[in-house]
Amino acid sequence: MSILSKFAPLRQTYDQLRSVGQNPFEMVFEGMLSSTEGMYRGRKTILLGTNNYLGLTFDEACIEESVAAVRAHGTGTTGSRIANGSYGTHRTLEKSLAKFFNREHCMVFSTGYQANLGMLSTLAGKGDYLLLDSDSHASIYDGARLGHAEVVRFRHNDPDDLHKRLKRLANEPGQKLVVVEGIYSMLGDVAPLREFAEVKREMGAWLMVDEAHSLGVLGDNGRGLAEEAGVEADCDFIVGTFSKSLGSVGGFCVSNVEDFDILRVACRPYMFTASLPPSVMASTIMALRRMQEEPQRRKRLHENAERLYYGLRNLGFAVGPQCSPIVSVAVADAPLAVEFWNRLLEGGLYLNLALPPATPTPAPLLRSSISAVHTPAQIDRAVQLFEAVGRQLGVLPPLVNTTARKRVSTPISAPPLAEVAMLASGGIR
Amino acid sequence: MTETVRDTQAQIIESLRKLLKKPATLGPTTNIVKDLQLDSLAVMDFIMSLEDQFEIVIPLDRVAEVETLGDLALVVDELRGRK
Ligand SMILES: Cc1ncc(COP(=O)(O)O)c(C=O)c1O
Repeated sequence: MSILSKFAPLRQTYDQLRSVGQNPFEMVFEGMLSSTEGMYRGRKTILLGTNNYLGLTFDEACIEESVAAVRAHGTGTTGSRIANGSYGTHRTLEKSLAKFFNREHCMVFSTGYQANLGMLSTLAGKGDYLLLDSDSHASIYDGARLGHAEVVRFRHNDPDDLHKRLKRLANEPGQKLVVVEGIYSMLGDVAPLREFAEVKREMGAWLMVDEAHSLGVLGDNGRGLAEEAGVEADCDFIVGTFSKSLGSVGGFCVSNVEDFDILRVACRPYMFTASLPPSVMASTIMALRRMQEEPQRRKRLHENAERLYYGLRNLGFAVGPQCSPIVSVAVADAPLAVEFWNRLLEGGLYLNLALPPATPTPAPLLRSSISAVHTPAQIDRAVQLFEAVGRQLGVLPPLVNTTARKRVSTPISAPPLAEVAMLASGGIR
Repeated sequence: MTETVRDTQAQIIESLRKLLKKPATLGPTTNIVKDLQLDSLAVMDFIMSLEDQFEIVIPLDRVAEVETLGDLALVVDELRGRK
């Protein structure tokens, strides 16, 4: 018996998945041509699943800053900030973020995942309560597991449900920290943050918002959902990542809570890992600037999102409940999803395949994320491919007068995902 | 098993019966994941509905120790008693 025997069922599922065609979880691109195109198996492939919302990964100014930093400061910091010390760039990055968010304090982490691990496990201690939206990202669940607080879930995007659960805890002495996301990564739905803020105020809880997918995407200045909903003052902690709209890697938390800096010597995922390399921070600082200087990127992002979302919805695909830069199509079951995903790839379109339990409902998802720099032609091509494959596989009804291939499965009616979501609850990811 | 645990268990089984599409024999030794073939999404949803039914909070670490319906009844009963 091997130490890995416990993974036998997972191995089986995984092998099945691989037997269909390409392995969706081990894609290797030969190269990146731009923020929206890569080479895959010798072929130009449209990238529609990269969270590269503002298309800044190939921005000239960002690249220049990064190159200059690597020349000036070397390839890595080779240790944590408490051991090896900080570089000026760490401070500059933290100051830039704090200023952008109009907050006193900022801490940067080596990834967004670690920002959540660190903040959740450190802010909420023994006897405290973490209240998590049931559709929370894996990093939020993992942060909760790393700490010693009691963890309670509330129904996805349901402020009344949160209220009910906080009320049940009203007589418990611990602090209560509510955690929600700006835009949810699987379906692209947005939290009703104004209502959550109201509940938080009434019940005397703390509020943290993970703006991973909403930084640079929502709000007049791109500060995320908290800005868009007009409740920044109620959001005690904002966490986020550099790995999406800012086109690099890393995570952060900003706050106005007094004495925030004590976390630098209390927060283990901040203390016991190597700090960000200078080149990464340099491009991130520039990307933050580009994001502010070019609000038209955000405008184009939303135009592109509409083009994709309504393009797919009008064809009859089961898209998420609202239009956002994350556009997911639900299909009936995993084998169908894997086949669909492979055919899109054969057609030159790459996006994410999300299978339960990583999805909020039992339905697998073909998940796209749109970028400000996708061209209308690329989006139209994506929609066309979706239609062609959808008809081949019977996800969409065949067109009359076509020689459409015989359906391989019964057609799946396409209820809006919001309805599906009401039937099944969110899951642990 | 105390009277209250027995009562809690009966109520849990009744709720579960409504949830399951197929009829199943349900008892204290029924393994929630293996015997009922519920996926993790369905289990978590069921736990949330029990929280509402009994007006309690079941922290995630308490869910982790549960394997059978009997285990679940003990946890729920203890949390009910704390109210
Ligand atoms: C909601 C949410 N939080 C945090 C993260 C983690 O970000 P990072 O890629 O920087 O680790 C992600 C993305 O994967 C996310 O979707």
